[in-house]
Amino acid sequence: MSAEIPKDSWSGTVRTVTLGATPAEGGTRSHVVTVGGQKTLPFMHFEQVAPNRPVVAVEIKDRCPEDWSPLLLEVWGDAAISPAAWAKQAEAAGAHVLVLALSLTGDDGKPTTPQAAVAATKAVLEASGLPLLVFGPGQAEADNELLVAVAEATKGERIALGICEDKNYRTIVAAALANGHCVTARSPMDVNLAKQLNILIHDMGLPLDRILMDPTTGALGYGIEYGYSVMERLRLAALQGDAMTQLPMIVTPGFEAWKTKESKVGRDVPEAWGDWRERAITWETLTAVTLIESGADIVVLRHPESVRRVRQAIDDLMTVPETV
Amino acid sequence: MALSGIQIYKLLPQTNCKDCGFPTCLAFAMKLAAKQVELAACPHVGDDAKAQLSEASEPPVRLVSLKSNGYEVKAGNEVVLFRHEKTFYNKPGLFIRLRDTESPDEIKTRVAAADGYKVIYVGRELALDGFAVEAASRTPAAFSAAINAVRQISHRPLILISRDPAIMAAGLRLVDGERPLMVGADAANWQAMGDLAKQHGAALAVTADTLDGLADLTVKLKDLGVQDLVLDPTAQRLGASLALNTQIRRLALRKNFRPLGYPVIAFPGDADEPAQESILAAHAIAKYAGFIVLDHFAPETAYPLLVLRENIFTDPQKPIQVQPGVYEINNPNADSPVLVTTNFSITYFSVANEVESSGLPAWLVVTDAEGMSVLTAWAAGKFDAERIAKAIKTFNVADKVSVKRVVLPGHVAVLSGELENELPDWEIRVGPREAVDLPAFIKQSL
Repeated sequence: MSAEIPKDSWSGTVRTVTLGATPAEGGTRSHVVTVGGQKTLPFMHFEQVAPNRPVVAVEIKDRCPEDWSPLLLEVWGDAAISPAAWAKQAEAAGAHVLVLALSLTGDDGKPTTPQAAVAATKAVLEASGLPLLVFGPGQAEADNELLVAVAEATKGERIALGICEDKNYRTIVAAALANGHCVTARSPMDVNLAKQLNILIHDMGLPLDRILMDPTTGALGYGIEYGYSVMERLRLAALQGDAMTQLPMIVTPGFEAWKTKESKVGRDVPEAWGDWRERAITWETLTAVTLIESGADIVVLRHPESVRRVRQAIDDLMTVPETV
Repeated sequence: MALSGIQIYKLLPQTNCKDCGFPTCLAFAMKLAAKQVELAACPHVGDDAKAQLSEASEPPVRLVSLKSNGYEVKAGNEVVLFRHEKTFYNKPGLFIRLRDTESPDEIKTRVAAADGYKVIYVGRELALDGFAVEAASRTPAAFSAAINAVRQISHRPLILISRDPAIMAAGLRLVDGERPLMVGADAANWQAMGDLAKQHGAALAVTADTLDGLADLTVKLKDLGVQDLVLDPTAQRLGASLALNTQIRRLALRKNFRPLGYPVIAFPGDADEPAQESILAAHAIAKYAGFIVLDHFAPETAYPLLVLRENIFTDPQKPIQVQPGVYEINNPNADSPVLVTTNFSITYFSVANEVESSGLPAWLVVTDAEGMSVLTAWAAGKFDAERIAKAIKTFNVADKVSVKRVVLPGHVAVLSGELENELPDWEIRVGPREAVDLPAFIKQSL
């Protein structure tokens, strides 16, 4: 009994976005990273081999994040107090790209200044040749002030500035336009809202090959199924030819997983939760791999052991099986 | 593939004799298509039509259930490739594998840990489903001893693993009256394994590394009279497993290809390194496995896998709800504030997490809003002053606090007047709109 493999053939293609610029391209990165370009659902290599693999981004901060889980502070150790040292260690841990997440305040408790944000960004760029994404602290005024300064000081590096949201995207997009950068566009787990924000950003004149979309996800146990299904629907829409959904997707499973009680707290939790460290890493890893199978092109992680495991999973997923 | 009412109508006698109890054959056909009546209600339908109709009414992925004393694990009956298209129905069974090369005492210790494991998630108790015993020793005596050791501790359903029919027969004799899953039948032993499956009423997994190989075996075994079959595509790596499981599900659903219309079994324990086992298991949960056999049991990996299974198999139309009630956050006392929210799990978690991580004690009253978020529930009339007052009263919140003061979510500030009427002894305060602002609000305003 012979089974004829049902193969999908789609009219749409996911766009490619390239992060980073080498000296020849006007930047200083040792290499660039390109994501997207798929013509099939994730890893359906028997239809067509995917041109680019999902990549792992590691999130580092401009100052030691005291509110992070002790497990993370312990594993990064002294590196966490210096963005340059942290960048090097993240690269050594296997990061394909780096995310520098700026803090709202400096060590002195005063708001982070544009000068400090630029200094941290430049320190990271000097310490590591990996392509970079820079996220603001998440408050519109601070984001705009810091990201504009960072964008200008890194002109030509083709970093990705984030996070654009429907309430605050114009200044960030203008800074990306003026300085040859990309942006990330976050919408709250909804196909139409994701499209709408992509349209608004594109309407300002930023080419689609400089936009990454972040459909937002919940961690395992905290709404992952919503993000999971929205990502599957966005990717299906992209392949069906809906242009405004044909952008590579970035998600932040590290941020989501490490704010759950399961990852953050080691004491006074149910015995059935088991060993803290392994539970926390599994929480981050399973969140990330599940989202990669639903279409994530960039996953932003926090723990080096999760980076190792997720990279191995990506290698496996990208291996084209001989028997099928 | 399910037939439409019109397609069914064409197979009926079309005499409108009313013997089935319906006024016309078309009306009867429509009821059949909706699976609200049985074909047997029509005394006149021909054998040919009967065969076609019963074939068409079979689910595209056969339901296979394993049974033991008091337990049942079901797999199959799935109708979609993506959960948002409808929902995934039967959560894949999670099994822990023992090998008969381990001593009976070792086996008992491992089984006891996994068998007694329970963890609470959104008010539900989650547990593993059963055990797999592999005849790694290749001797009937060791295999029997291992099965007996498992059965002394646990009554959960079993998967028996051996390619040798004589060893398998020894194992099956010990679990008569149950419906275990045998793994498995291959090109060499399928006849003997099929006979054993029939004799003992067991389900049978077929093992082959190509789809054609699997289909070939299921066709032969179906002809032999074995109905409850399971597919073991033997893919040990993520990429191959994703491709094969997707192809099997597509063939079953889109092409109604019967030879592969069965649940799939996965063995993440075969991974090269233990850290990859949970990743492979997570993949198997999301991508179409019906039975999942792990080699290692540890609470710290069982818990996330059980949670992932709940999440992926949540009906997208019916969000996960938390049990309405009063939740204690950070050991509240009589002076701690009373906060109100709805029982949509994500809403509950947003509020509970923010307050919990702030370290501030509080009583969180979760009202029954039929699993909707604050604004949605308010718009639908499921989160109003009456319901909030009822929750405060039913859960005896007044007995827990010295100051009768309740904080409403900022999005439903409009309810404060009505709530004052419903709860005359209480002070009603309007809190922030977003959970993230709650700790600051509690510190500054209460």
